[in-house]
Amino acid sequence: MNIYNAVNSSQSPDDITSTITSLSDGKVDLLLHLADTALILSQRNAAWCGHGPILEQDIAITNISLDLLGQARNFYQYAAKIINEATSVTAAEQVNNADGLLEASEDSLAYLRTEREFKNLLLVEQPNGDWGQTILRQYLFSQYQYLMYQQFQQSSDQQLAAIAEKAIKEVTYHVRWSSEWVIRLGDGTPESHTRMLNALGELWTYTGEFFMPAEYEKKETIGFELDAIKQPWIEKVTQLFEAATLPSPSNMEGVFMKAGGKTGIHTEQLGFILAEMQYLHRTYPNSFW
Amino acid sequence: MNENSLAEIRQILSAVCDPEIPVLTIADLGVLRDIKIVDETIEITITPTYTGCPAMDMITMNIRLALTEHGYKNILIKSVLSPAWTTDWMTESGKEKLKAYGIAPPNPTQAVCDSKLFAEAEAIQCPLCNSWHTRVLSQFGSTACKALYQCEDCREPFDYFKCH
Repeated sequence: MNIYNAVNSSQSPDDITSTITSLSDGKVDLLLHLADTALILSQRNAAWCGHGPILEQDIAITNISLDLLGQARNFYQYAAKIINEATSVTAAEQVNNADGLLEASEDSLAYLRTEREFKNLLLVEQPNGDWGQTILRQYLFSQYQYLMYQQFQQSSDQQLAAIAEKAIKEVTYHVRWSSEWVIRLGDGTPESHTRMLNALGELWTYTGEFFMPAEYEKKETIGFELDAIKQPWIEKVTQLFEAATLPSPSNMEGVFMKAGGKTGIHTEQLGFILAEMQYLHRTYPNSFW
Repeated sequence: MNENSLAEIRQILSAVCDPEIPVLTIADLGVLRDIKIVDETIEITITPTYTGCPAMDMITMNIRLALTEHGYKNILIKSVLSPAWTTDWMTESGKEKLKAYGIAPPNPTQAVCDSKLFAEAEAIQCPLCNSWHTRVLSQFGSTACKALYQCEDCREPFDYFKCH
């Protein structure tokens, strides 16, 4: 059984999930979570193409989108490799299979899974809102991703470590760029400050999910306690928010945090993104240009 | 296949260029990491400059085409991520070609992006008039590997191949 067939057969979503989860002690789920999160944020940011406030920043946000897409591809390719090995799909079988449907691939994983199978963080599927909201979402996420990739660089899984080692160079740019914009807007005009406060109101309750470990984020799978990066993240955010004259995270302690994305329970936003993103591939399977 | 074929393969691949910056070969860029002959298969190892670099698929295809054209058949192209690519791997002749093409080459002293905010941008020489009087417009340029600068003397905007 493999993911492509599972998706296209009459199996219930529960069967699919258990099939995949049983592979490699949750490694596939972890990779899909990382890939989905990068892909959905990439898709969101790409919507700014041609709409950025000024040309240079339009190019910046779409560059970040491209970096995230690259990360997603690396994770999907690795997940596909594990799935294919675990389901012993040999190269010969793939070639002999006339309809070419047997193989899990980066495309099948990105384009042919449904909303409930996506494991991205809720934060990244939230609408772009105004420029301030896009910037704040990018900062909150990039700062988290930076700390996480720092840990993954030490992973005993060499491929995961290699992907992180490569990507963290780019994420460093994302953190710096989004940090500078959070300060400019937060400590800018009364109008930009108000907009950042609104953005914070929209997004803050999605950040708690970062540190709530899913089944596949146990120490044995990820190599570190997810909780270990929580304090460093809060410290970084506190410092930045102070410079940006935004409320300190310590004032927002105890607010209800939304969660579920990591296990496929999403806000209403994700379905619309997937419909748009997957439409072409589902309508014209295997097409490319 | 033998040592001679290895030299020939090297020769053939020296004509494969980066699709985005056609003056640089993949060897100049440091994207071509290794060429090996294992049994009857040619194993070529490449590495992306940036994770999302869209040129990688095309580079892979162009390597395959160039070798196929010369009659080679069993070709395996592997993409590795670690050690991660750095501008240090760009050849000196590559840097000169880059400058002649109008793109400022990466500085020899590596000013890699760190987390310091609003850091003073490193001094970059204008590839057109050689002035050091330039300013950064954006850390993100026309492709993932470049930043956008402007020369304060000749006023021309130019790309800088940023250190990485």
